[in-house]
Amino acid sequence: MSTTTRTDILVIGAGPVGLFAVFELGLLDLKCHLIDILDRPGGQCAELYPEKPIYDIPAWPSITAQGLVDKLMEQIEPFGPTFTFNRMVAGLERLEDGSFRVTTDEGEIFEAKAIVIAAGGGSFQPKRPPIPGIEEYEGTSVFYSVRRMEDFRDHDILIVGGGDSALDWTLNLQPLARRLTLVHRRAEFRAAPDSVNRMFALHEEEKIAFQIGQVSGLKGEGGKLQAAIVKGPHGEVEIPCTRLLPFFGLTMKLGPIADWGLNLHENLVPVDTEKFQTSEPGIFAVGDINWYPGKLKLILSGFHEVALMAQAAKRHISPGERIVFQYTTSSTSLQKKLGVAG
Amino acid sequence: MTKITIIAFDGTPFNLDAENGSTVMENAIRNGVPGIEAECGGACACATCHVYVDEAWTGEVGEPEPMEEDMLDFAYEVQPNSRLSCQIKVRDELDGLIVRVPERQG
Ligand SMILES: Cc1cc2nc3c(=O)[nH]c(=O)nc-3n(C[C@H](O)[C@H](O)[C@H](O)COP(=O)(O)OP(=O)(O)OC[C@H]3O[C@@H](n4cnc5c(N)ncnc54)[C@H](O)[C@@H]3O)c2cc1C
Ligand code: FES
Repeated sequence: MSTTTRTDILVIGAGPVGLFAVFELGLLDLKCHLIDILDRPGGQCAELYPEKPIYDIPAWPSITAQGLVDKLMEQIEPFGPTFTFNRMVAGLERLEDGSFRVTTDEGEIFEAKAIVIAAGGGSFQPKRPPIPGIEEYEGTSVFYSVRRMEDFRDHDILIVGGGDSALDWTLNLQPLARRLTLVHRRAEFRAAPDSVNRMFALHEEEKIAFQIGQVSGLKGEGGKLQAAIVKGPHGEVEIPCTRLLPFFGLTMKLGPIADWGLNLHENLVPVDTEKFQTSEPGIFAVGDINWYPGKLKLILSGFHEVALMAQAAKRHISPGERIVFQYTTSSTSLQKKLGVAG
Repeated sequence: MTKITIIAFDGTPFNLDAENGSTVMENAIRNGVPGIEAECGGACACATCHVYVDEAWTGEVGEPEPMEEDMLDFAYEVQPNSRLSCQIKVRDELDGLIVRVPERQG
């Protein structure tokens, strides 16, 4: 299945810093492909605080986080970056010719001349709910996403949560389940009203069960789940189940970056402040994920970092080539790249 | 200054002078109250600043907004007096407020 996608630079993470890297690298004629586990660009800005105004972006006295992402997407458009969303970068290795191969958790393969790690606080991953002993069942009975619906056929399924994921999977898995129970803390849902109505209709027809409460414990053996204890308004009930799908939102975890043989400093990637290069030549790190003395986790700082990093990446890829310093206001060659030449 | 008390899970009380307009979460973080993580920095986006409001104060503190109520779905052991401390703004009427930190933040 796997074809290999080739690009100049592979950017891991499409947060604000990864996005602006596309601009600075683009001015130096380097093409970027970006991979992010989220389903859209913007990193923390898009996922955690899209509506909040940011007050410390130079020349923008106030701009919402999503507004900033939209502007960045507009600004990098002339460079035609390509994106792969909903994928986690799992593997990173150096090939014999000095270039790099990147693999995703779904087995896609990318090859690039240099790597830019713009992974922020790490990849957004599903939160593990604080149910004692849940680890023991993960991957066998407890799942945080549905990759193959067949793995759920004829099971007693318990879905926990009140958002779109919980509701969508309740609707999608109901036809295959032996029995399906939805557990949520209250009778109000954050999900699309249509899904909520369909869920209540199924409940009315007694095709699913709905229980108000919070899961407080699990029963089972050797990774095989048998039941969940749910604390509800009228005390505890035990709900038999062999599959549990908790949907408790996302949190940022460093993830596979720890396994790539890079030096780390408290879960951050140390870089020098000239090239923003990691301990591995050709692998750069910018934005919240990197560390150097005096580092501030600000978008502003990330933007500065990518400008210097781009120069270093260009030198890494084309060692002999002379890089001419130019301004976008006055250089016709830069203006051509931006599509604004008169 | 308004006096508020945040009681850590182990029972240690933190008696704090809080500025009106600041959030209970900000005061907890500034004074290193254990058990308040506030990963998202007060954006109502992480539910790791969950507290229980003392029963005597639930009326004055008030009910969570819908966005906070949604976020509380991600907290652990949510009770009727659960609030996200980044969404409670200190004001004169809350002088003497008591909140308790839960065992864990999810
Ligand atoms: C509530 C809040 C308010 C803030 N306010 C401000 C402010 O006012 N001013 C300011 O300057 N900064 C602010 N920040 C900080 C700012 O958002 C960050 O500095 C900025 O988002 C960092 O950008 P980034 O591109 O480095 O990383 P991120 O935005 O964290 O993006 C990284 C992306 O990489 C992805 N990723 C990581 N690892 C992988 C992998 N292995 N595979 C696939 N994808 C991966 C992640 O899913 C994520 O989407 C705020 C942050 C928060 C949470
Ligand atoms: S600090 Fe994140 S929700 Fe309160």
